[in-house]
Amino acid sequence: MIQIENLVKKFPHKTKMGKNSEKTAVDNLSLSVKAGEIFGLLGPNGAGKTTTIRLLTMQTQPTSGSIQYRGLELSKHAQELKSIIGVVPQHVNFDQDLTVRENLELHARLHHMKQAERQQRIEELLSYVELAEVVNDGVRRLSGGMKRRLLIARALLHRPRILFMDEPTVALDPQVRRRIWQLIRQMARDGVTVFLTTHYIEEAESLCNRVAILNKGKLVAMDTPQNFCEKLGRYTVEWDDSDGREYEFFAEKQAAAAFAGRQEGDGSILIRPTNLEDAFIELTGRREGI
Amino acid sequence: MLYDIWTVFWRDWVVLKRRMTKFILSRMVAPMLYLVAFGWGLGRSIQVGSGTYLDFLVPGILALNSMNISFNSITPVHAERIYHKSLEEYILAPIWPDAFVIGKVLAAVLRSLLSSAIIVILALAFGAHFIMTPLFLLVLVLNCIIFAEIGFIAAMKIRTYEEMSQVNTYILLPMSFLCGTFFSTQALPDFLRYIIELLPLTHTSYLLRGIGSGSEIALASVLVLAAYAVLGFAIGSRSFRRLTR
Repeated sequence: MIQIENLVKKFPHKTKMGKNSEKTAVDNLSLSVKAGEIFGLLGPNGAGKTTTIRLLTMQTQPTSGSIQYRGLELSKHAQELKSIIGVVPQHVNFDQDLTVRENLELHARLHHMKQAERQQRIEELLSYVELAEVVNDGVRRLSGGMKRRLLIARALLHRPRILFMDEPTVALDPQVRRRIWQLIRQMARDGVTVFLTTHYIEEAESLCNRVAILNKGKLVAMDTPQNFCEKLGRYTVEWDDSDGREYEFFAEKQAAAAFAGRQEGDGSILIRPTNLEDAFIELTGRREGI
Repeated sequence: MLYDIWTVFWRDWVVLKRRMTKFILSRMVAPMLYLVAFGWGLGRSIQVGSGTYLDFLVPGILALNSMNISFNSITPVHAERIYHKSLEEYILAPIWPDAFVIGKVLAAVLRSLLSSAIIVILALAFGAHFIMTPLFLLVLVLNCIIFAEIGFIAAMKIRTYEEMSQVNTYILLPMSFLCGTFFSTQALPDFLRYIIELLPLTHTSYLLRGIGSGSEIALASVLVLAAYAVLGFAIGSRSFRRLTR
């Protein structure tokens, strides 16, 4: 469904010395996503996740490389492909002068939906994200969670086949986050391909079929969340050392237990299943982002 | 394509409709002050070629007001781009990019024409005399288009809100006073006059005043305005497309 090859994006940038140079935000990225898959792009702050989404949604042009949806080149079939993608941005970008309904109606009109379909689809989606009550309120009046849900409803209005979500649950209550996860799973069951970025590891772990880890614009690794943990070792031993918390990974339970037994015991030793966060930190470096 | 233009225009129409009363009332304030201060107040002691100073003044006010309103009607696009990011909706949508430019400009023209209509009514109530012909209307519309396009280009290029208001201070405000609105450009020193006569608003004031008083006008000025409008569209369209670079 999505085929990315050697994607590069460079931005003009001033060096410490004050000279003009270029900064590579996305560095030779290649990957592909199957139809109906939930694909997660993970990475520390500034890894190039948002730039990647902006490239994939035609909000910025790549420096080089190719992007294809359904075998069609993005740069050649832009208008056609814009109608099969839906985008949930990281920031709230509603038209502040319009009400909830008017915002949705503007979106529907921009996607050339006919009046009857427009009305029916708006009702349908507002009840899907449980916002039917606020249909005539200005968007400024909505709470953070409501705004996020409305962003999703708006992105789904024109029945996209690929949904891009940039940090869909950032700064949300756990309850709302779970609801949004349910929505995303439901969409994938309905055959929509979901491409999301997140820096909540547990989000990627519970939601994504496959995960790619991006660091400094480069693809570091790509696999299923389970395989990431298996590769590192299914069992983790962690303990306190003079340098701080230390981690060691083991494929076998017995080996982990034996290792834990040999450590200086002060009550801080823990044996637990390895999770995606461990893999993430191992792959992107412990001291990054500190 | 026409449908996309209509969509962009529809959005502005929804917003304008909601604020129509406020819009009309606020648009009455400035022209009213001009008419009272310059028409009744100063005007009594000013002699111009033919007719009263009020008759001389009204086309100038129409020109400068349509300039200000069309420019200011399109400046919210700047906030939509920089602060609310709601311009992304149009960039992500499968629409013809020029439809966005045209739709926004047309909406600004509509606002500007509404406020011009208010001035015409007020001016007639103050006892001014002028003739309105289809060409008069065409010139007014061209003027609105040009300054809506300038507003659009500024909204695409400028980074901060502060700089946006500087466009008003450095470009619109001097033009309001100098471009043949309150006095004829003949009164200026030659050097300044040549520069001022290159500017679109000078041509608008000249044309509106000429047509309004029923005298002969040079059609070349209409062509100058048309050229500005075409150029403004070309730059506006290009700057909108360059947002996704």
